[in-house]
Amino acid sequence: MAFTQRHLLGLEGVPADEITTILDTAASLREISERPIKKVPTLRGKTVINLFYEPSTRTRTSFEIAAKRLSADTINISASSSSASKGETLADTARNLEAMRPDALVVRHPASGACHLLARYVSCPILNAGDGCHEHPTQALLDLLTIREHLGRIEGLTVAIVGDVLHSRVARSNLHALRALGARVRLVGPPTLLPPDLARLGAELHTNLHDGVRDVDVIMMLRIQRERQGANFFPTVDEYAQYFCLTEEAVRLARPQVIILHPGPLNRGLEIASAVADGPYSVIMDQVTNGVAVRMALLHLLVARSKVEDVGEGASETVGEPEPVRRRTGARA
Amino acid sequence: MTANGGRQVMDAQAIQRALVRIAHEILERNKGTDDLALVGIRSRGVYLAERVRRAIHEIESGAPLVPFGVVDITLYRDDLDRGLQNPQVKGTDISFAVEGRRILLVDDVLFTGRTIRAAMDALIDFGRPQSIQLAVLVDRGHRELPIRADYVGKNLPTSFRQQVQVRLAEADGVDEVVIEG
Repeated sequence: MAFTQRHLLGLEGVPADEITTILDTAASLREISERPIKKVPTLRGKTVINLFYEPSTRTRTSFEIAAKRLSADTINISASSSSASKGETLADTARNLEAMRPDALVVRHPASGACHLLARYVSCPILNAGDGCHEHPTQALLDLLTIREHLGRIEGLTVAIVGDVLHSRVARSNLHALRALGARVRLVGPPTLLPPDLARLGAELHTNLHDGVRDVDVIMMLRIQRERQGANFFPTVDEYAQYFCLTEEAVRLARPQVIILHPGPLNRGLEIASAVADGPYSVIMDQVTNGVAVRMALLHLLVARSKVEDVGEGASETVGEPEPVRRRTGARA
Repeated sequence: MTANGGRQVMDAQAIQRALVRIAHEILERNKGTDDLALVGIRSRGVYLAERVRRAIHEIESGAPLVPFGVVDITLYRDDLDRGLQNPQVKGTDISFAVEGRRILLVDDVLFTGRTIRAAMDALIDFGRPQSIQLAVLVDRGHRELPIRADYVGKNLPTSFRQQVQVRLAEADGVDEVVIEG
């Protein structure tokens, strides 16, 4: 099993086999949420702090449920109720939290790179729950798990990511991960919301919705992020919807078995028609269910393992074992 | 002696005989297969449980196969902090109702008892079984918890530092039990 990350700051540069390890672990953990007792003792006695400087329902709840299903204690801090409103810097907040010995920090912040900054100040694993317009790795991982679950693979698929690509951390994380696993990626949107630089990361750019979704296996819709749009990137909301709203007509241009994803929250009638969001191709609710499993997998991989470095070699019964992962029959029973 | 210096203590035939005897003992003790279910502990316990299940089916010809499940104890281990590399979670699969059933837990080697403690905790998260019994191919002693097996293929006195390797055709291409060290 391959997994060497200390933090989950982003998916850029994470090798394909480590992404696959996360997805395989998540797939095994999904079963726990179907049990009568939805809890395992894995992270008993561990503390996970959710530090959210931006509003969130889905991601924060999903992280909290994931930690609780692994028996960790969770604490939620939102910017409005924290010392950030008294002018404390992010680094000072992090140092103070660190002093209370958490076992993981889940961070959402409006500034790109905020999680990378924190990783320099704290020793516990940091899980990026979305930083500015940079990355939202857990969202991309749950998207990949959903695609793999429905279509059986990632490699060789064509995925159209449609909408406000410029402001989308979801699009960037997905682009890195989908390319790493061998999918073709098309980015689709009006020229003002489509940064040409992303072509260098291996994406095809389309400014026409119908061309962009033709014959694709997956359509991944993005939310129009009006809260991040300082300037006017399109003349009116109605005009945007006329050209880029995903309607049933546009869906018919894709492959017959196409699936449609959306990270939420939905702007119904703006980027996605209600008939499509609630239609037979939509896997949006599966994404939400898989989100809990992916976050459980990451907490398990990052937190249950995080003491290994402290203990080091020698304390282990498997010293000198060429394959330490393989179960050694005599070592324990 | 085997190729890598271990001493073979059971061959394929000895393993097969032990499993058939255990199947008979299970049927005798439980007076049949009513409410019985077999649960194998990943990974070699699963293959052993499958073999015991087939043996029971052959002895009780005509009776339906008993329900069968798999527990992965990775999430229930008490040594995740002790420097062992994190093993891959392969998942638990128990598709029958545990409530009120007589569960027969199957593993390859009984040693400290910690795996069995973890497996019982995992099982009880699915409901309240009527009872849990334990069958193992090898009991090598050195218990650290008050746990014992109900059915034992072979009692094998070992020193704490020795390694007992159970190799099964399904995973290793050969059926044998070997002591190393």
